[in-house]
Amino acid sequence: MNKMEAVRPDDRSEDQARTQAHPLTGNEAIARGAWEAGVKVASAYPGTPSTEILESLATYDADEVNAEWSTNEKVAVDVAIGASFQGVRALAAMKHVGLNVAADPVMSQTYVGVNGGLVLAVCDDPGIHSSQNEQDTRLFCRLANIPVLEPSDAQEALDFTRLAFDISEEFDTPVILRATTRLSHTRSPVFTGPRITPEDKPFIDDPNKNVVLPAVARVRHPFVVEREARLQRYFEASPLTRWEKGDTTYGIITNGTSYPYVKEVVPGVSVLKLASSYPLARETVQAFCDSVEKVLVVEELEPFIETEVKAMGIKAEGKVFFPRCGEFSPEVIRAGLAKAGLMAAAEESHEWNIKPILRPPVLCAGCPHTGGYMALRALDARVTGDIGCYTLAAVEPLRAIDTNVCMGASIGNAVGMAKAGTETKPIVATIGDSTFLHSGIPPLIDAVYSDVDITVLILDNKITAMTGGQHHPGTGKNLRGQDAHQVDFEDICRSVGVTWVRVVDSYDLGALYRTMREAAANKGVSVVISNRPCVLDPVKIKGPALRVAAKDCVACQACMNLGCPAITWSDEMYDGHHKVKIDEVACMGCTLCAQVCPSDCVQPVSP
Amino acid sequence: MSIETIAAEADAVTADALTRNVLIVGVGGQGVIMISKVLALLCQTQGLQVKQSEVHGMAKRGGVVFSHVRFGAKAGDPVWSPTIPMGEADVLIAMEWAEGVRWLPFLRADTGVFIADTQQVIPPFACRNRDFFAEPAYATETPSEIVGQVSDGFALDAGRMAEELGNARAANTILLGTLSASLDFPLDDWLSVLNQFVPKGTEEINRRAFLLGRDWVETPRENPAMPAPTPALPIARPGIDVRLEITRSWCKSCDICVKLCPERCLDLDDQQIVRLKDPDACTGCRICEWLCPDFAIAVHHETPERPHSA
Repeated sequence: MNKMEAVRPDDRSEDQARTQAHPLTGNEAIARGAWEAGVKVASAYPGTPSTEILESLATYDADEVNAEWSTNEKVAVDVAIGASFQGVRALAAMKHVGLNVAADPVMSQTYVGVNGGLVLAVCDDPGIHSSQNEQDTRLFCRLANIPVLEPSDAQEALDFTRLAFDISEEFDTPVILRATTRLSHTRSPVFTGPRITPEDKPFIDDPNKNVVLPAVARVRHPFVVEREARLQRYFEASPLTRWEKGDTTYGIITNGTSYPYVKEVVPGVSVLKLASSYPLARETVQAFCDSVEKVLVVEELEPFIETEVKAMGIKAEGKVFFPRCGEFSPEVIRAGLAKAGLMAAAEESHEWNIKPILRPPVLCAGCPHTGGYMALRALDARVTGDIGCYTLAAVEPLRAIDTNVCMGASIGNAVGMAKAGTETKPIVATIGDSTFLHSGIPPLIDAVYSDVDITVLILDNKITAMTGGQHHPGTGKNLRGQDAHQVDFEDICRSVGVTWVRVVDSYDLGALYRTMREAAANKGVSVVISNRPCVLDPVKIKGPALRVAAKDCVACQACMNLGCPAITWSDEMYDGHHKVKIDEVACMGCTLCAQVCPSDCVQPVSP
Repeated sequence: MSIETIAAEADAVTADALTRNVLIVGVGGQGVIMISKVLALLCQTQGLQVKQSEVHGMAKRGGVVFSHVRFGAKAGDPVWSPTIPMGEADVLIAMEWAEGVRWLPFLRADTGVFIADTQQVIPPFACRNRDFFAEPAYATETPSEIVGQVSDGFALDAGRMAEELGNARAANTILLGTLSASLDFPLDDWLSVLNQFVPKGTEEINRRAFLLGRDWVETPRENPAMPAPTPALPIARPGIDVRLEITRSWCKSCDICVKLCPERCLDLDDQQIVRLKDPDACTGCRICEWLCPDFAIAVHHETPERPHSA
């Protein structure tokens, strides 16, 4: 064991760095590491910041890696587990909240262990750049008794991923490779290696390992506990746990993406860099703490290492100086060390005479979701939302979503609202096509089964848009862009017992208003499917642009209720209000603004 | 060694600037990521350590895009943090005016170089105000104000320069050329790395755009005047009161006005007749007046000294 012989970048010459290293993001490096480790099956559901891992794996030869989107993270992990059962190396990638979806198989498979190496690449999002929370996956690792590897840069992302497969097979355990947004989306030169081809392993025909009956699980649980101890010893002995000796006045225990910030701010201090927060290399930690006068723990998000270190009876400090919420930065480390009295406080920053403007993300010009939410706004409905671009309809000017919890929550939430029996408005669940396939079908069955009065608006834009345009079983294409079976949403709805289903053109506001009104009046579950494709993916759609005939514009700004980024004020005024203008480059000709214009001044640009 | 000495040493090392920092900002679709990739690869070919960090989840949706590029001052110098600390960017390069203004606090106040396109991408959010004579919520800082605040500043109309060159899409290459003038890398290396990132067939126009931006720094110039986004009306406005006149007997409860009122200030009363439920929210936009099929609503703007409409 310990194939961790990959040379660190600092051991390689600058000439090599110029010619042999490749600029890779953390996600691309994870994919490369998995490929080098001989991964055979890879699966994922897209989710920022993890999406590019699988997209990157799909750039390798299809004969080497079967990389495919799964309908959700649980399925992705089930697929990877199946491949592991068959003795091949398998990877499932997801964002932190995706691991919640996959929790069930993960919690059981930790008892079963692996045959082929099984690695879960999980990307946390400290700072909540594009998520609904900033949960710390390390807590999950302890819950599941699964070792976690935490790379600190793209080179380590590659090295650790490759190593994770070895650890998985050596210790008979799934391994979680934990990245964060900052690591996943930072590009730096990475040394790559060749792909190894692991030996074929037969299926292990052992029900006492593979079938988690209570009697089996009772035997496997002690194995898991003993495995934790063996892994702890491994990390104590491994060079992955790196003790960088420096001044002993104080020492810093840190991990993963916090490490570079520490090195940036206090390069000369004693550092214990952990490659794994769980299981903790306790003996090394103890020896490190004995060697310095004062111990600080610097870790992003939860006080995970700190709590463990304190439980060992060591007087360490961490979260009293460094925040538990948000992303770290050199400034945060500096401020924490200053608070601890170990550094001079940062100088007063320069006062700039500026007023930054607000620029929130918005739905695109021509977004097919806009019309549906205009109709819901007019219907004055109680609207549950879901995860996707359309969550942006929760803010002004559309302001047409009342709740949003997690993937697939909209329909179940609507069922509960109906059961509560207190709502006077029509109850409408809105959900995208990809999210509907991810986790919207069981709650739709539940709604029909419960016979509640709700309407489900499926916003079928024929792509997973929010994460940058990934295919799913409703698009008829797979990850590599080849033809695949295309799910029919109308068929699904009817087959689970919805009798009232209508498909409506996302760009026909009148039809949307009428259909939504009829759906709301319908007793029982009704489904409306709006059907225009995303304007960005898989192909950028550009139709004939529209423009405003300024002489007819009465500055009512009804069109601005759409929130379309192509529509802004012109310098002309009417009656004390700005007339509007349309950016002809951004406009893709959806005509929604023309449909709401009372003075009929939005016209096609004449050729 | 005392804590004070370590702290002082640490500060000294930090101030010693082993790392050069370039912050590249803009809005979605402007080529921020392309520029940062060019710079990062260039640094690598120079044998420098380099990290390029971006957050792009919302990039396609009109949101803010930014990319940190950090590289060693000389070969062998380490690059640790992937992000540039506040106030430590050596160069701030903005593809959009208001974004350049937003990120100024990241620039070194004493030595930083500021390069910004004067192009304005006004977000719809800036125009969400139906008050009489409202101003757009867009950056009011002018190029001369900002350039006057920084150690070395350049504001150029790269979009117009690119159009004159014959390809509006080359604006970001012009800015890259301007950036190149403040970094000490050989011109030939810039051009060869740039060639790897531009679409086939556009190498020549991009080369000319790059040189145009690079030479622009050296030519005598004036900061271009920016088109004023606001109308040329005085800031002080006479107060205007809005009064809705509802002819109850003409209302047939169709509720078109209720559904389409942008400020949601109308509803139907218990006799199903329209009423103004929230007078403070009403901006007098007249949509209800225009949309009412039965002429049941009239909107009056009342002020003694009302200025003439445009």
